[in-house]
Amino acid sequence: MSTQSGAARGTSTGTRMTIAKALNAGMRAAMERDPKVVLMGEDVGKLGGVFRITEGLQKDFGEDRVIDTPLAESGIVGSAIGLALRGYRPVVEIQFDGFVYPAFDNIVSQVAKMHNRSLGALKVPMVIRIPYGGGIGAVEHHSESNESYFAHTAGLRVVTCSSTEDAYWMMQQAIASDDPVIFYEPKRRYHERGVLDLGEHGGQGVDLDDAPNQLDEAVVRVEGSDVTVLTYGPMVKVAHAAAQAAELEDGPSIEVVDLRSLSPLDTELIEESVRKTGRCIALSEAQTFSSITSELAAHVQEHCFYHLEAPVLRVGGYNIPYPPSRHEEVFLPDLDRVLHAVETLLAY
Amino acid sequence: MSEITDLLPCPEPVQLLAADGTAVPPTEQARERGYAMPAPEDLLAVWRAMVIGRRFDAQATALTKQGRLAVYPSSRGQDACQVAPILALGEQDWLFPTYRDSMALVTHGIDPVEVLTLLRGDWHCGYDPQARRTAPQCTPLATQAVHAAGAAHGLARRGTDALALCLIGDGATSEGDFHEGLNFAAVFEAPAVFLVQNNKYAISVPLAKQTKAPALAYKGVGYGVRSEQVDGNDPAAVLAVMRAAYEHTRAGHGPVLVEAHTYRMEAHTNADDATRYRTQDEVDEWTGQDPIVRLQAYLVGQGHLDDARIEQVRAEAEDLAADLRTRMNAEPAVEPLELFEHVYAEPTPQLAEQRELVRHELAASASAAHGGTETKDTQ
Repeated sequence: MSTQSGAARGTSTGTRMTIAKALNAGMRAAMERDPKVVLMGEDVGKLGGVFRITEGLQKDFGEDRVIDTPLAESGIVGSAIGLALRGYRPVVEIQFDGFVYPAFDNIVSQVAKMHNRSLGALKVPMVIRIPYGGGIGAVEHHSESNESYFAHTAGLRVVTCSSTEDAYWMMQQAIASDDPVIFYEPKRRYHERGVLDLGEHGGQGVDLDDAPNQLDEAVVRVEGSDVTVLTYGPMVKVAHAAAQAAELEDGPSIEVVDLRSLSPLDTELIEESVRKTGRCIALSEAQTFSSITSELAAHVQEHCFYHLEAPVLRVGGYNIPYPPSRHEEVFLPDLDRVLHAVETLLAY
Repeated sequence: MSEITDLLPCPEPVQLLAADGTAVPPTEQARERGYAMPAPEDLLAVWRAMVIGRRFDAQATALTKQGRLAVYPSSRGQDACQVAPILALGEQDWLFPTYRDSMALVTHGIDPVEVLTLLRGDWHCGYDPQARRTAPQCTPLATQAVHAAGAAHGLARRGTDALALCLIGDGATSEGDFHEGLNFAAVFEAPAVFLVQNNKYAISVPLAKQTKAPALAYKGVGYGVRSEQVDGNDPAAVLAVMRAAYEHTRAGHGPVLVEAHTYRMEAHTNADDATRYRTQDEVDEWTGQDPIVRLQAYLVGQGHLDDARIEQVRAEAEDLAADLRTRMNAEPAVEPLELFEHVYAEPTPQLAEQRELVRHELAASASAAHGGTETKDTQ
């Protein structure tokens, strides 16, 4: 078993770094690369954001480029649209997943459509960062996985990262993208460490096209032959653990695919993996109804029908409002639920 | 923090011309704010643009009745607000219009056929917003207010003295984005001017059910925004007030909110029936406030305008209308495959796949229309 993750490619020259620090370093690199990159949001300046993802950036780049805005999400996203029309690349922070809804109208009706409504004359190269998902013991509205709302909307790219290396490179690629990108950050993995290998020049002058990963490409995190688990963000770690547990018990061989991009989907890699294993689980924290996992299940059965040994299974949140900390363990898919789904598939 | 008296609007809407076209001396506060009767050549330009604008508006309404437009929200009666603020803009300024501001866009020099693209039922705005420095006409109410605040902030960051003008209606002042736009512009000290065309109705709902504020202009004060109210059917006053607002914001004093009291003479759109919610007496009363009649009476009375010039501009307006008729009556080419081109900077693999499906469908129906036999092999 081997991983294709870039984090493991390097030698001992890499630095161990949390996902949080890598996101910060990615934004710093983007700001150094392009003076038109500005950060905006609630508490992103002096405080460095409630999760400290923008820590130190206002100190180094000034209040003009790291802007503490009034507390109004539609105003933040809407005024960032105006800045984008004047040639800026705003990186907007939504403080928590559950607070993005006041900006929903501006995101789906304006950010997503401006390019289309102007036949490409107007670009809105904006990144909307959203810390998402549960598992941090928070109260209500602080643990949601609402990526399906935005993945459903044409004109938006929706991505998420699960590793230090992806956090660093994907953030820069998202900022450099001429499309608007909703960047979901797996908040319960912020403090997971990984290796970032920037080579001898510390990543200076690296063309983003030559980065070890690309924004719209999925990656096989664990190679396997019996079951494919399609997953992303905070659930990659759970899928990884399931693959290891199965291997230790000489159980089925699980392949873990980290999607990275939820819209568009890297359908080529998804289909390749499922055709190889013949079984597929779509895994996510989000409620399964009308979700990314629904889309994955539909896509796989449409395109890999004759390769399937069993129906595609979805493992995800129940169709209830996300329960706050006292009950979140019931809601969040864990190792056991993934392994149970694997057993179900193999029993067909 | 500004002194509150600097922020408060004049207690009554600023007026420089009475309904019969006689000059009204400005109040003391209006004089202090620099509102004076504009020069005759400027008023003549406003008059000409209103005559042409109204003819455009009437032609668009007629085209809608003929089925050439999907819908048309007329701005007849609001002509002074559609014209004077636009003529006072500088070349580098940005405009953030709504769906009711087609006359303003024509005044801004955008080809009328391009202006009517959205209302004709196309998916795009018809003009190049970057080249025209004009955002696509906004249909979701008040979202353009926050865009204008951000764009104005961007203009100021670049060190120019350009400004952003946001056009908005009375109903939209109840939307959250109106308030967020004012607040963001104020906090950013952005060069933005928000012009509320208070035409008294949000479709059918009268202003009295929209707000308890003594005037919409007072809504700026709470955000620390200089605010003003003007007789929106007085083209001279609208021009004077908007110029002063532009000067104020260009000088770095932050945004300005202007409420223009006007009236929507037509129904909300051709699909609306205004007789269900307002009386003919009320409409007749506003007919007597007509901005074109008012300014024309003043200019003729002052000897700046004669019958020959009036006839000349009417002929100019007729030419525009005739040209618009001809070009709108031509069937526009429909290119379905283009629907996939601009969703993203580059079409995603999924969109490319769907575009191919449509291409095949079109080819199949074209072949069927020509009596050809469709077989799988041809696909």
